[in-house]
Amino acid sequence: MSDSARPTDKTTRRSLFASLEIDTRLLGMIGAFVIICIIFNIFTDGRFLTPRNIFNLTIQTVSVAIMASGMVFVIVTRHIDLGVGALLATCSAVMAMTQKAYLPGLLGLELGHWAIAPTAILAGLLVGTLIGAFQGWLIGYMTIPAFIVTLGGLLIWRNVAWYLTGGQTIGPLDEHFQLFGGTNGTLGVGPSWVLGAIACLIVILALFSARRNKVSHDFPVKPLWAEISLGVIIVAVILGFVATLNAYEMPIGRLRRMFDARGEVMPEGYSEGYGLPISVFVLLLVAVTMTVVSLKTRFGRYIFATGGNPDSATLSGINTRFLTVKVFALMGFLCALSAVVASSRLTNHANDIGTLDELRVIAAAVIGGTAFAGGIGTIYGAILGALIMQSLQSGMAMVGVDAPLQNIVVGAVLIVAVLIDIIYRKRLGTKA
Amino acid sequence: MRKALMAAVTATVGFGTPLMAQDITVGVSWSNFQEERWRTDEAAIVAALEAAGAGYVSSDAQSSSAKQLSDIESLIAQGVDALIVLAQDAQAIGPAVQAAADEGIPVIAYDRLIEDDRAFYLTFDNVEVGRMQARAVLAAAPEGNYVMIKGSPTDPNADFLRGGQQEVLQAAIDSGAITIVAEAYTDAWLPANAQRNMEQILTAQDNMVDAVVASNDGTAGGAVAALTAQGMQGIPVSGQDGDHAALNRVALGTQTVSVWKDARDLGRAAGEIAAALAGGAMMADIEGAQQWTSPGGTTMTSMFLAPVPVTAANLSDVVDAGWITQEALCQGVTDGPAPCN
Repeated sequence: MSDSARPTDKTTRRSLFASLEIDTRLLGMIGAFVIICIIFNIFTDGRFLTPRNIFNLTIQTVSVAIMASGMVFVIVTRHIDLGVGALLATCSAVMAMTQKAYLPGLLGLELGHWAIAPTAILAGLLVGTLIGAFQGWLIGYMTIPAFIVTLGGLLIWRNVAWYLTGGQTIGPLDEHFQLFGGTNGTLGVGPSWVLGAIACLIVILALFSARRNKVSHDFPVKPLWAEISLGVIIVAVILGFVATLNAYEMPIGRLRRMFDARGEVMPEGYSEGYGLPISVFVLLLVAVTMTVVSLKTRFGRYIFATGGNPDSATLSGINTRFLTVKVFALMGFLCALSAVVASSRLTNHANDIGTLDELRVIAAAVIGGTAFAGGIGTIYGAILGALIMQSLQSGMAMVGVDAPLQNIVVGAVLIVAVLIDIIYRKRLGTKA
Repeated sequence: MRKALMAAVTATVGFGTPLMAQDITVGVSWSNFQEERWRTDEAAIVAALEAAGAGYVSSDAQSSSAKQLSDIESLIAQGVDALIVLAQDAQAIGPAVQAAADEGIPVIAYDRLIEDDRAFYLTFDNVEVGRMQARAVLAAAPEGNYVMIKGSPTDPNADFLRGGQQEVLQAAIDSGAITIVAEAYTDAWLPANAQRNMEQILTAQDNMVDAVVASNDGTAGGAVAALTAQGMQGIPVSGQDGDHAALNRVALGTQTVSVWKDARDLGRAAGEIAAALAGGAMMADIEGAQQWTSPGGTTMTSMFLAPVPVTAANLSDVVDAGWITQEALCQGVTDGPAPCN
């Protein structure tokens, strides 16, 4: 976790990175990601880093990234969840059946009714959380290893989903529900700028108040220039991201369809940017919330304490059993949230939804620096890991690498990433 | 953090500008290239595109409808002029077709239906395939207990096949000559699943089964394996695709018919149509195109190619067509039908 609170000798000469107090691990990952992007950009004649492809990449990453943030907590507490893809399928099936069969059939709600999407999402989130909590109870209180419980869960939930839908593809899903799918629900140019500006404001305020807080407690602070350049970098990055998504203009055919649907004629030369997709906004909310939870709340501290040393955590009075239930309930909730994004992106619930997602989610968390020995992991790392994996996959598909080679590369990257991590931690003298 | 990364990258590297393609490029999205047969299709598509002076790019969804959507987004981003899509899921492919239509890119639904009237549906006549399967089995077993091994529940072709089979068998069912004692979908068309289903059915029916109408050669292989385990090999079994192993079974006498859809015809037609559509032709102007209403009620422009039932009587045809060598066809066959005698 962050080392920013560690008192350092102010008189020693500090390097640039040390002054900025940025996690060098994070820098390494960003560096690797940038290199990947540049290589693909060269091989695709500059198509990889178009606003369009960046937009595609972000919406393709969301589902796995949301689950990966929960997987960090699971792995940090020295557990594993092999059933997240299957649980996603069950939640997706519940939501699809709720909106296409149960609500219209049993309650007689008309298709397209405004209440259908919220009810379906609530039902899915509830089911996901309950199933997660139940698995957590089996692991924490019944002391069945998490590997076994979730391996069983992998089979059970994948096939509960199949049973619920009879193997049929359910769709098209509710119009409002589809807003979470990426291209079908974006904020548009104006609101995206507003959100970006708000985010910048929050960042500046947070940096400012953190600095004031440290000064008032006589903690050492970084030089003012470092603080300001950090702020400038973050603001530039946020605004650059918004600008990129806004720069991707909706294709003419789509605009014409939108105007036709409203019964209007499209003006000549009209254009409109996509802006921030709602699904990406959801991911950002999850990322911020989970980061705050892990750093600033008792729940978060207990998770890392338990992961670091379960015995001493128990002896010092942490209810590690109930903690396990909560961690898995949270994982279940996030699976359900991912299910909303994944199924609405396809605008259908397909029987194969989420297949092999468990492997992608675990890989994303591990590439992002979550240690299997427990106690170490970051939310932003896991999300970055998911982004790196998706970039590799999309990039190789774009370059036209053969399918088997694609998987071989992803597998090799997984192992190499962990190897580098272990070497890096050995050098620093922390545990791996 | 992700915001940070994205913008960092765009700021550092700058936007690339997409290259304008000098020629027509056609993108193909395969659902599962792991299956051997698509290599044949690909070769035929590539040959047809080369002849038309068009380029070929492809991607493999590895049996995931979510990856297929990403793949197609990526193909569109590469600037293809037409798409040939072998859909993993007939409905879940919808957003991908939507994206292509928004860009004005024509889509060919290759071999598997896409429920969308903006797609051009190109396939073999699957209802006719089903009829041919049932006809051949019915000729070999005019009465008795029938088992129907169907295809994947997510593949609309499975139900077309089953519909065609029913048309032919209906009269015999009504007259009481035959009884359908069991039927089962085969998840993902996997032979292992077909074998397991067949074993369960044989157990439940005390082996009182006289004929098996299996929907393709893979499932037929699974069914024959289950029959062989009970010493029942040799009862009529149908199939389709002209898999080499299946044709060998026809020569051996453990399978009655393999309805052969020459993938090279399909691939060639797809390549030619894609090149024509990319060049600006209207779907209805394609030679052989017809209006057709799908089971889901979508009226689509379609083209159906005619399949060939391969039985012991015409095994020589597949060898003559260069589809299979005589050695592969006749492996382990002694004194079989021509050309294995």
